[in-house]
Amino acid sequence: MVAKTKDMWVFVETNEDGSAKNVGLELLTTGRALADKQGGKLVGIVIGHNVDAAVKSSVAYGADTVISVDGKEYEHYTTDAYAKAFYELVEKYGPTSILIGATNTGRDLGPRLSCRLQTGLTADCTSLAIDEDSGNVAWTRPAFGGNLMATILCPDHRPQIGTVRPGVFKKGVPDEARTAEIIKEDIHVAPEEIRTELLEVIKEAAGELVDLEGAEIIVSGGRGVGGPDGFKPIKELAAALGATVGASRAAVDAGWISHAHQVGQTGKTVGPKIYIACGISGAIQHIAGMSSSKTIIAINKDETAPIFNVADYGVVGDLFEILPILTAEIKKLKA
Amino acid sequence: MNMLVCIKQVPDTTEIRIDPVKNTLIRDGVPSIVNPFDAYALEAAARIKDKDPSSQIVLVSMGPDQAKNALKECLAVGGDKAYLVCDRAVAGSDTLATSYILSCAIKKLEETEGKFDIIFCGKQAIDGDTAQVGPEIAEHLGYPQVTYALEVFAEDDKIKVKKEAEEGNEVIGIKAPCVITVTKPAFDPRYPSIKSKMAANRKEIGMICADDLPEMNRERIGLKGSPTKVKKTFTPPVKSGGVKIHEDSNDATAKKLFDSLVADGII
Repeated sequence: MVAKTKDMWVFVETNEDGSAKNVGLELLTTGRALADKQGGKLVGIVIGHNVDAAVKSSVAYGADTVISVDGKEYEHYTTDAYAKAFYELVEKYGPTSILIGATNTGRDLGPRLSCRLQTGLTADCTSLAIDEDSGNVAWTRPAFGGNLMATILCPDHRPQIGTVRPGVFKKGVPDEARTAEIIKEDIHVAPEEIRTELLEVIKEAAGELVDLEGAEIIVSGGRGVGGPDGFKPIKELAAALGATVGASRAAVDAGWISHAHQVGQTGKTVGPKIYIACGISGAIQHIAGMSSSKTIIAINKDETAPIFNVADYGVVGDLFEILPILTAEIKKLKA
Repeated sequence: MNMLVCIKQVPDTTEIRIDPVKNTLIRDGVPSIVNPFDAYALEAAARIKDKDPSSQIVLVSMGPDQAKNALKECLAVGGDKAYLVCDRAVAGSDTLATSYILSCAIKKLEETEGKFDIIFCGKQAIDGDTAQVGPEIAEHLGYPQVTYALEVFAEDDKIKVKKEAEEGNEVIGIKAPCVITVTKPAFDPRYPSIKSKMAANRKEIGMICADDLPEMNRERIGLKGSPTKVKKTFTPPVKSGGVKIHEDSNDATAKKLFDSLVADGII
């Protein structure tokens, strides 16, 4: 496909209440400067049902134009409906590049869309730049479990598409006074074109919902916590900080805590403001899942643990003694 | 159920080390394994076959000759037959080209193995981590898909998939033929027995080369047919400037950590 514009699109994924997911707003923030360098507009793409809130947020976070597709059939994500709507938009408007959040939905939609468009897709990017030689987006991403970084170009096909994990980029400050062009596209998908059916939603109980990707602070435990009871001081510190509890694969595989808490290559990729790794040695697979955290605090008995290579604060000592003191001090501070 | 499971042989990324002098990936001596997510996908297929023994599980891989070893391992834990797409012409393919080649191979296999009801893939491979080939195969074939599957239940052509969603799990209904990509479930894949290993070793692996796929457009495969190009690779930078806190007692260490965090405005 030939690009008709120099525009950069951002897929602004919506929650079920029609509001924008953070990752879309993070990508609008990052895409703002890239769109300027590319010499085109920044366009927010909103697909869903009753999505006025997401359209408004897209404007506030920097979109020049927002194109929305609204319909009952988009209330819950389906591959067939979203891929069709998104494909029709691309056909009509011809953007140069598209950014998609690497959520479960984005990673389901992205390859389906790029394949239909016969173009390139680069998954889970951790940094984006405009290649000065060609004007292409230079997509940089980890591979081999985080052991290697690769910069990928899609030089001869348009649009060039990439996904980015939630939390990798920070969202900016919304400007509620901004205005933008709002386009409503009327695209509908017949029920028989949607070949999957949502039969049941199994929500985690409120107390057990583990939102690692949206967390501002995460306190994680690894092999060093020694057993399920070892998570007690971790949970107490997390409660004092208003943090989410994470875990390394070793702790999950040992059955000490559920897979929903797992951070790393076979778990969640996270990017909180503060990540506290307790008794985690720092296998490369774990580091791949948390190294974009703003501040990393590692507490480990073993001074040579690789986790200290990525830590801003490398704390050598016994977590069972250190965590309770830290928790008590934080409670005092907040009291 | 007639099922196909896509298998990738990958380097065990937990065994990869960085050469500290040249700052490059040391690949020598790194063991090759079956991509763990593909093993989960095969287990999902094997569980369907446990309930309906008339089912067939066909394995397909793409890669060098040594990928036969991965297929043999999979034949010992549920696979009935295995095929390897092996040709220099397919080397250097990105996900779009790879999924196109596999979709051509699948059409070819269906001539002899019958139409596949479910095409299983792992959620992603642990070397590339893209999670793209499964959905792209579905697109090439025009099939519906479910990604991030935890468990798959099949009855006639009605299939139910329990999948991982952002906030809990969902159960999705889908009809054959379809593509399902599988993530880490709550159970471990089965182990081979000595008997199943010996039987697997005796099985022939069907070889498929590019010339066996006359319908395949040569412009869409290999390096040339890949829209994405690797511009450069590098080892991730090590974070510098971190502070070590290691006082004489854990008590003093904890206090110093707290004081530093407050002083630096972290908390």
